[in-house]
Amino acid sequence: MTGNIAILGYGLSAIGPGIGVGLIFAAYINGVARQPEARGMLQPIAFLGMAITEALAIFGIALAFVFKA
Amino acid sequence: MSIIALGMEGGGEGFTAPDASIFWEPVIGHEATAITRPVFLMVISAILVGWFLLATTKRRALVPSKGQMMTEGVYGLVRNSIAKDIIGSHDFLRFVPLLFTMFLLILVNNFFGVIPPFNYPTMSRIGFPVALALIIWVVFHIVGMKKHGFVGYWKSLVPSGLPKGMIPAIFFLELITDLFTRPVTLGLRLFGNMFAGHILMALFISGGWYMLQAGGILPVAGAVTWLFAVVMTLFEMLVEFLQAYVFTLLSALYIAGAVADSH
Repeated sequence: MTGNIAILGYGLSAIGPGIGVGLIFAAYINGVARQPEARGMLQPIAFLGMAITEALAIFGIALAFVFKA
Repeated sequence: MSIIALGMEGGGEGFTAPDASIFWEPVIGHEATAITRPVFLMVISAILVGWFLLATTKRRALVPSKGQMMTEGVYGLVRNSIAKDIIGSHDFLRFVPLLFTMFLLILVNNFFGVIPPFNYPTMSRIGFPVALALIIWVVFHIVGMKKHGFVGYWKSLVPSGLPKGMIPAIFFLELITDLFTRPVTLGLRLFGNMFAGHILMALFISGGWYMLQAGGILPVAGAVTWLFAVVMTLFEMLVEFLQAYVFTLLSALYIAGAVADSH
């Protein structure tokens, strides 16, 4: 079997952010379900949290290509 | 080299998955001094955005035309739900032009990834998002220093009321965040999303093409793969919009952090 072990590293680095993004949107949905008028206020916070959490996975994929050689 | 031809490499001997080399498309020149496809796309997008904004706002009317309505919708989104909500109603107005430009430029360049004659997300070349992130980085530091003064700005990084022993450590952490982590994540996030999304689409399409040409039952799988390529394209469009939104949102947040009154 041939391949690149860097992509395994990317898979590992995607676990944490995956769980994190899930938690963020779970909280966002919960919040909107409890108080629908708070949607406008919660939306930027949710996307912000997502963007910050997701950064780790993005680093993962960038590094997977960097250390490909 | 087209993506389809890439999938066919090796003359049916096996499938070669697309890799980072599909992003290298010089048009004029070669090697380090080449003018590549994304450069042209960036120029086209700038002309396109400028023309569209001028055309839709030149003859403004109380009852807006379709174009004016679109422009106003996008402008309203950036002005009200990004700039005003985050920077605060006191001094958000002077940052709206910057944020609006960033949003539109990134949005159009991202959508170039799925619009047929272009088919290349400009931001999947690291140089473009890095330049945009650098602009934001310079802007939020400078407005912060103008507001608080040079020394005051760096002092305002540390929240007041900390125990004395904690201050150096917190200051060091905040310094790394402000000088390094923020611009790097801002640029890399945009780059990574566009890069990964485009390579994923290329993989689905070239893989489907390869399987369609194979014998036996594989063409069925190829058809399903192409169906998923369509689904991925739709998902990509969502991501492209979201990344433009997130980039602008984070820019606004960094600016808001720099101009906020220290508590």
